[in-house]
Amino acid sequence: MTIQAERPAHRERPSSGKPVASDRMRAEARLGQRLVAPAIVLMLLVTAFPMLRALYLSLFNYSLTAPDDREFIGLGNYGVALSDPLFWKTTGVTVLYMVVTVGFELVIGFAFAMVMHRVIFARGIIRTSILIPYGIITVVSGFAWQFAFSFQNGFVNNWLPGISENFNWFGETTPAVIAIMVSEIWKTTPFMSLLLLAGLAQVSEDMIEAAKVDGATWTQRLVKVILPNMRAAIMVAVLFRALDAYRIFDNIFVMTAGAVNTESISFLTYRQTIEQFQIGIGSALSVLLFLSVILIAFLIVKIFRVDLADARQEK
Amino acid sequence: MKNKIGLPVGVLLILAWCLLPVAWIISLSFKSQTAITNGSPGFFPASGDGAGWQNYADVLANDQFRRAIINSIGISLIATTLSVLIATLAAYAIARLEFRGKKLVLTMALVIAMFPVVSLVGPLFDLWRAVGLYDTWPGLIIPYLSFTLPLAIWTLSAFFREIPWEMEQAAQVDGATSWQAFRRVIVPLAAPGVFTAAILTFFFAWNDFVFGISLTSTEAARPIPASLSFFVGSDPFNRPASLLAAGAVISTIPIVIIILLFQRKIVAGLTSGAVKG
Repeated sequence: MTIQAERPAHRERPSSGKPVASDRMRAEARLGQRLVAPAIVLMLLVTAFPMLRALYLSLFNYSLTAPDDREFIGLGNYGVALSDPLFWKTTGVTVLYMVVTVGFELVIGFAFAMVMHRVIFARGIIRTSILIPYGIITVVSGFAWQFAFSFQNGFVNNWLPGISENFNWFGETTPAVIAIMVSEIWKTTPFMSLLLLAGLAQVSEDMIEAAKVDGATWTQRLVKVILPNMRAAIMVAVLFRALDAYRIFDNIFVMTAGAVNTESISFLTYRQTIEQFQIGIGSALSVLLFLSVILIAFLIVKIFRVDLADARQEK
Repeated sequence: MKNKIGLPVGVLLILAWCLLPVAWIISLSFKSQTAITNGSPGFFPASGDGAGWQNYADVLANDQFRRAIINSIGISLIATTLSVLIATLAAYAIARLEFRGKKLVLTMALVIAMFPVVSLVGPLFDLWRAVGLYDTWPGLIIPYLSFTLPLAIWTLSAFFREIPWEMEQAAQVDGATSWQAFRRVIVPLAAPGVFTAAILTFFFAWNDFVFGISLTSTEAARPIPASLSFFVGSDPFNRPASLLAAGAVISTIPIVIIILLFQRKIVAGLTSGAVKG
């Protein structure tokens, strides 16, 4: 027996004075606001304020190497960034990373979730193992895969048929991008599979059984019963992972340092601000990165009609 | 029935997926440094290429790496504790109290969780140097708090919503003081949620790389991921792989320990059944 029995109980407000806010309700509201205040302040301190500052600094021609030459240039930095083919190339590569990794993660993660949902033995071991890639440092995953793909010290060239022993994965764009994607997919598929497992658990077994009795094949049950019923979970998982993948940075930094055109938009922004001290153009890139994340979030929410209340776990 | 064999195969695939790269990095950490320089392909160290524990000894003898371990542990633990504390207050309010702005808090948390971290490091770098937080522990703890709070608040408010709070009153009716009711009834029910939030928070802080490289410059505050990436010069194609692998394995040990420990706690919390039926 679990806790389902009387869940709505705490929803019932003391119904003494209905329309007029009673003292008690006002006190409750005040307490509530006081309890969330520290969290709000902390969350805004490191996000809203720096973002506004980035917005402001992006209007200047400003670099830390020549701080005295700071000069107001309006939207000039945005013009420079948006007319630079490098910006569009990195954005394209970033979108590629996002689409491919999320696609693979969704398929493999779903397969893993199906196995974990059905399996009755060794559950502890599986759950422990699946948490390891999730918990491991991304930089470590990047190193592990970089060395695995290395032709000097790795094993991938030996294990993969049709690949020469001396093949250098990091010499050209396509193989280097694949190596980065492998590291990214390896690390984040477990997270995806856990989200999907939670969704899978909500699909009623009776419905699947009923479909089976009615003669639905395995594929039909999957496509017509299971997937539609866990749509919300899938969409939330995709939304979170897509936005995370769009920010890809660690693996690129470790595995190629942006060489051979593997640079992502996050990496470009980092390089401009932290490595080259171009605060003005870097801030403009920061703002563009922020806007593109919002755009992607908006598109995913609109196109797939993700219910944000679901994402907030309000149900 | 293809499920009869499909399932064990699936399980094996999952285990291979999760553990093979870990086995690889462990195996790599036992290759000797000369073997790495000369090139030593293959999953396991070839005969004569083994290094025993030498790489581990070398990594641990490195001052910068030792400092990085201390930094990472200290910063992550402090950030986790504070984040879970603050998030518990907020989540309690969200789950139990009626007040204006509740939706706003949840939406704000959602937006911040999706925030592109890199777009903040430029301004933060500037700001932290102006106020003296650059290259200090608090300089990393504060951003970790901001970015782990959303996760902690969601996890905790989801858990708190499921708690049968009326049991607290029931205990009081049965003669418990309010402290006893809280301590004996509510705390055990809330603990699994708090543990889950703590794990997620700790993983975030332990894993963070962007803030770690941008907001530190010396071993005063540089955490493990940043330290690993700076370990040996900037040439990404010529690294002492086995030494780094040893460092990587060391940095993974706490993660594995936490997974094993908290795994049991979470599972126990979920299965022991809050309300005996």
